[in-house]
Amino acid sequence: MVTFLPLAGALFLLFIRGDEATVAQNSRAVALWTSLVTFALSLLIWGNFDNSQAGFQLVEKAAWLPGYDINYHMGVDGISLWFVLLSTLLTVVVVIGAWHSVQTRVREYMIAFLVMDTLMVGVFLALDLTLFYIFFEAILIPMYLIIGIWGGARRIYASFKFFLYTLLGSVLFLVAILTMYAEAGTTDIPTLMAHEFDFDLQWWLWLALFASFAVKVPMWPFHTWLPDAHVEAPTAGSVLLAGVLLKLGGYGFLRFSLPMLPEASAEFTPLIYTLSIVAIVYTSLVALMQHDMKKLIAYSSVAHMGIVTIGIFTPNALGISGSIIQMLSHGVVSGALFMIVGVVYDRIHSREIDRYGGLAERMPGYALIFMLFMLASVGLPGTSGFVGELMIIVGVFQVSTWTATFAATGLILGAAYMLWLYRRTIFGALDKTELKNIAAMRPNEIIAFAPLVILTIVMGVYPSLFLDPMQASVDNLVLQITGEAATSLSQNTALLQGAK
Amino acid sequence: MMGETAFDLTPVLAEFILFVGALILLVVGAFREKDGARLITPFAVLIMLIAAAVTIGLDKGPTLAMGGHVLYDEFAAFLKVLILLGAAAGLLLAQGYLDDHDLNRFEYPMLALFSTLGMCMMVSANSFVALYMALELQSLALYVMAAFHRDNLRSTEAGLKYFVLGALASGMLLYGCSLVYGFTGTLHFSVLTEQFMAENAVLPLGALVGLIFIICGLAFKLSAVPFHMWAPDVYEGAPTPVTAFFAAAPKVAAIGLTLRILAQPFGEWTTEWQQVIVFISIASMLLGAFAAITQTNIKRLMAYSGIGHMGYALVGISAGTNDGVRGVLIYMAIYLVTTLGTFACILTMRRKGRYVETIADLAGLSKTAPMTALALTVFMFSLAGIPPLAGFIGKYMVFMAAIEAGLFALAVIGVLASVVGCYYYLRIVKLMYFDEAAEPFDGRNRLELGAIASIATILVLGFMFMPGLLLPAAQAAASSLIGL
Repeated sequence: MVTFLPLAGALFLLFIRGDEATVAQNSRAVALWTSLVTFALSLLIWGNFDNSQAGFQLVEKAAWLPGYDINYHMGVDGISLWFVLLSTLLTVVVVIGAWHSVQTRVREYMIAFLVMDTLMVGVFLALDLTLFYIFFEAILIPMYLIIGIWGGARRIYASFKFFLYTLLGSVLFLVAILTMYAEAGTTDIPTLMAHEFDFDLQWWLWLALFASFAVKVPMWPFHTWLPDAHVEAPTAGSVLLAGVLLKLGGYGFLRFSLPMLPEASAEFTPLIYTLSIVAIVYTSLVALMQHDMKKLIAYSSVAHMGIVTIGIFTPNALGISGSIIQMLSHGVVSGALFMIVGVVYDRIHSREIDRYGGLAERMPGYALIFMLFMLASVGLPGTSGFVGELMIIVGVFQVSTWTATFAATGLILGAAYMLWLYRRTIFGALDKTELKNIAAMRPNEIIAFAPLVILTIVMGVYPSLFLDPMQASVDNLVLQITGEAATSLSQNTALLQGAK
Repeated sequence: MMGETAFDLTPVLAEFILFVGALILLVVGAFREKDGARLITPFAVLIMLIAAAVTIGLDKGPTLAMGGHVLYDEFAAFLKVLILLGAAAGLLLAQGYLDDHDLNRFEYPMLALFSTLGMCMMVSANSFVALYMALELQSLALYVMAAFHRDNLRSTEAGLKYFVLGALASGMLLYGCSLVYGFTGTLHFSVLTEQFMAENAVLPLGALVGLIFIICGLAFKLSAVPFHMWAPDVYEGAPTPVTAFFAAAPKVAAIGLTLRILAQPFGEWTTEWQQVIVFISIASMLLGAFAAITQTNIKRLMAYSGIGHMGYALVGISAGTNDGVRGVLIYMAIYLVTTLGTFACILTMRRKGRYVETIADLAGLSKTAPMTALALTVFMFSLAGIPPLAGFIGKYMVFMAAIEAGLFALAVIGVLASVVGCYYYLRIVKLMYFDEAAEPFDGRNRLELGAIASIATILVLGFMFMPGLLLPAAQAAASSLIGL
């Protein structure tokens, strides 16, 4: 139900009539209520979740395509639980944040976001590969429309690039799915996880899946769609794009490449590590030179996802749980950073860093929130960014010390561009004329940021709240990959806490 | 075989109804003067729907009729229902356009009925004679329909082009049939099937050459590369509802016929003809994808899009398996609905009574006609094969069959072609949603257009939720053609 409630809301919105202003106001209200209820339902899922079980819970299964063994199979496990919550929460945040900033075609805007809510949740809950693919691809449609209709100046180029680039990778994924179906006779995910594909086939399948997920994550050198898409998308679009859509790639690797194609994953791990390191270092350097705030944050996203991919392909519980929590943290922090840019963009309509400076004087609350997320992005201990990064680096150190070293170096660069950005926009003298009368944060913006702020801090100081549900599923995953029991996560966490 | 089945009309009841109905309406129309069409068209549609109902109700055990020339089975029934519904919708779509151009003469529904009759016979054909007769009946009616707007130069050109090229293709097909007959000694598919399934059967070289000629002739009807040249010009020149008519049902019939021939008589010799079909399929998909990118006229774009879609259907045929047939049937059903819906939207493109055809005219449609824009978006994404629209399921099934048959290169080329093709479908969506509004179209559209567009939209959008409508029927149909 969590999946389809937003869709019902979107359909309801289709039928609202009235003049422009009332339609807009009603659309916002409906969207807000729908997304809040969806979020509440997803909290219920968390409430009913049993932390000790490794398998899938709250499973729904129904016959769907008669004649083929393809069923409507949905369920949640430790890995997907948090992504579902992230998706529903970000949708609420986005609806609130866009309250005043979108004035044209509000109804279509809300419909698009509610549809996206449905699709995002569906992706993470799907337990049938065909169903997963349908949700996975279908997200392209509303995102394309969001970028193209409400986006910036080069939005048409960006939306086409986004759509076609991602589609190209995905269709290769489709061929892989069909091949798996032909081999195993089903597209049911739990069944496929148990199926053993022989190595040559795994090799090709892995590459096909890589084509799709590498574009989504995005990994260097398949990342070129990201800067354009993020910059040209409206704020809310960027938030969801960075917050959730990028995680689809990571989730794909975790759910499919690792358990179903373990030998090939092991074979290709050096490739992943190399590409990830290049991503971290190269994009951080590029970010350093950016003039456009959004582009800078976009490149930082690529860098952060580089750490994530290193973590995913580290076959121990530390690495994998680290990557999941890093993805969660990145979802919250990046989403918040894009909203921060959105706040000032709404006022000045420019993202050029040069046009800002000294905002601390007029917008102190804003400066504080910006600082929090900026530090979280850097990975300051106490914020959510730190937990994931530490776990991943420690995890990968056990496998490949060089990779850990390079990854850690990348973190320094991350600090560099973030701190410099902050200094240029917030500190300094307030001497630019147009900034002299800039408005402080509005109530809806503060409300939108609130959950993100809370999450960032909580994840930073009390990560086991988030790590515990994952534990069983991650251990199971490591078992599937390596064929041997993993050092339990709790032992590792105890080690870390002892080290602190 | 002659005695019992000769006078048992039950298997061909649907065609009989069409035939008798057509003749009666012909007489009525000839005696009514000006407004004959207004009376006749609803009856023509009604006759088609009755025939469809009859088809569904009949016992579908494989039965031969007409001296063994006609075969009625699940496969034929499935396709006939699709054809009849598609033709009925196509006929309904035409009313507004014909009225506006003062073309609404009673000959139009007549020709449509006869063409439909030909199509129904095509999918039931069990011999080369029946095949040829049905094909010609269908084609001749379509040639005249294409030239229906006789005072319009482009329409006459379209009809003439279609006729000349079609006649050439029919000639090739007939030559192929004669070769097969000459080298195997029989015209009947069922007898051929038995012959070929026998222990030490060989495929005479002459029969293989004949088969190739037959495939060429059929590829023309399908507008598959390299016999596709007529399609863009004829689609563009013919009156739009005629284009709608022959983008929909005749394609289904031609696919059915191709499936029938390749599966039943020549089903044993898959290795012989598979390469040909694979080649035609790849060429069609690639041409359909690339050539449509530069088009500015929406009907030409639909022509190239149709060429591409026939390529995808041929992917399923080339697999040569039960799953392949099933995939093709699903694909064609979805294609039929989507195409009819798209043309229903295209037929709303009128400014001050004049019909416009360029893609640029769709600019900003989301602001001037939001429901039409939404419908067109749904259809465009379905044609592109993007989930969650129905078109995706069609492509999925077809490619699944290909991969199960080991045709990996075909599948990969196919999906890559669909990405390229996606570009021009996206461009239409972009024009409608992202661009500034052009002059709005005339508002009040006829009821039929709205109804057909809405039903098609709901079916395409909702197919994900109700696949049971189509899939079991397709499975039964496929199994009756190629056993599992």
